[in-house]
Amino acid sequence: MSGANELSILSIIISSLLLGIGLLFFIAGSMGMLRFPDSYSRLHAVTKADSLGLGSVVCGLMFYSNWWQNLLMLVVWLLVLASGTVSCQLLARFCKAKQDQL
Amino acid sequence: MSLLLFDALLCLLLLALALASMLSRQLTHAVILYVAFGLLMALAWARLAAPDLALAEAAIGAGLTGALCFTALARQGAPAAALKLSWQQRLWPALFVLLMLTGLLQALLQVPASAGPIPEMVMLNLADSGVTHPVTAVLLNFRSWDTLLELLVLLLALLGTLQIAPVPTQQTSWRLSRSWSELLAPLIILLAGYVLWAGASQPGGAFQAGALLAAGAVVLKLNQQLSWLGWQNIWIRLVVVAGLAVFSLVAVLAWLLPVPGVNVVWLRWPPDYAKYIILLIEVFATLSIALTLTLLVVSEQPATQLSLARENETGAGND
Repeated sequence: MSGANELSILSIIISSLLLGIGLLFFIAGSMGMLRFPDSYSRLHAVTKADSLGLGSVVCGLMFYSNWWQNLLMLVVWLLVLASGTVSCQLLARFCKAKQDQL
Repeated sequence: MSLLLFDALLCLLLLALALASMLSRQLTHAVILYVAFGLLMALAWARLAAPDLALAEAAIGAGLTGALCFTALARQGAPAAALKLSWQQRLWPALFVLLMLTGLLQALLQVPASAGPIPEMVMLNLADSGVTHPVTAVLLNFRSWDTLLELLVLLLALLGTLQIAPVPTQQTSWRLSRSWSELLAPLIILLAGYVLWAGASQPGGAFQAGALLAAGAVVLKLNQQLSWLGWQNIWIRLVVVAGLAVFSLVAVLAWLLPVPGVNVVWLRWPPDYAKYIILLIEVFATLSIALTLTLLVVSEQPATQLSLARENETGAGND
């Protein structure tokens, strides 16, 4: 946060743009989860769009923190990516198994 | 201004999630909403500048309680039909809740608006506590009585659960979830060790580290790994009790063997050794909390002649 005042106009614009894009993806993902008809497409919307949105938000926040915090944020993003992917797969398999039973 | 907006939104969301979780007709929905409530609660603690509580709430409230509720639901079998209650039957619980609410509100109103002299006293005596983080100093030195009793409560909860835990349903696990949980395990151990060690100087400590370890162990256990982790294993039982046992033993020893020049107070550690005593207690407390929480979620009833499941089985056999 200490560097917030020293940021150039360009970095502020880029970071705001990235944060805005991230928010858009989050909104799109949430809309998808609410509006899509079946479990598979809902899973698709949430895991894909939100992972990308989080990545964009992380990139946007990187202008405001030091390299160590940036590294931690990157690790957090990677973990969320991986766990989102795995849980999406697992939930989809569960849905498929249930469908096959019927 | 924007932060005020954020806080107001957070409060509204918390209330909405709590209400939705309580009023939801389906138990699975209620659990999911409760997990979301726990996550936002952690955020609220973070906003109140209480990172210790935020960590604990995120690990226990949002993470482990969700797993606990879901495994309980999975073991419950057929969902019970919704009961039709007459208004007289509803009256007594409502009266009880109202009474509790009045008591809580009164207690809340008695909390002084300013912090009082206690935080200053803690900061004054911090040098003698053996740690540099005031929350850890309070929890494990100045008010270690509370922590000791918390460990006891946790142990009692586990013993109670073991009496009535139904037989878990046999599940198969997918290779994907198994290998993912195995991949996460070293990371969780590393993180728990860090949180435990960091507790001396910054937010962290035994409960948070224990909850993290427990989360990893629960996921592995639900994937049919860690077959040695069960109540029937005598070493597991020993470690579960060890947190409380080591704590009490250290307290008795510190009381019986006074260090010259330091006046003896029950459950206060001599300043020179405080750091090592707290580390010892925290390590054992972490292990014991981790195992207790794990067993709370995945425990099977030990097959003794007195256990309820056995009785039901033999009863069913006789019919």
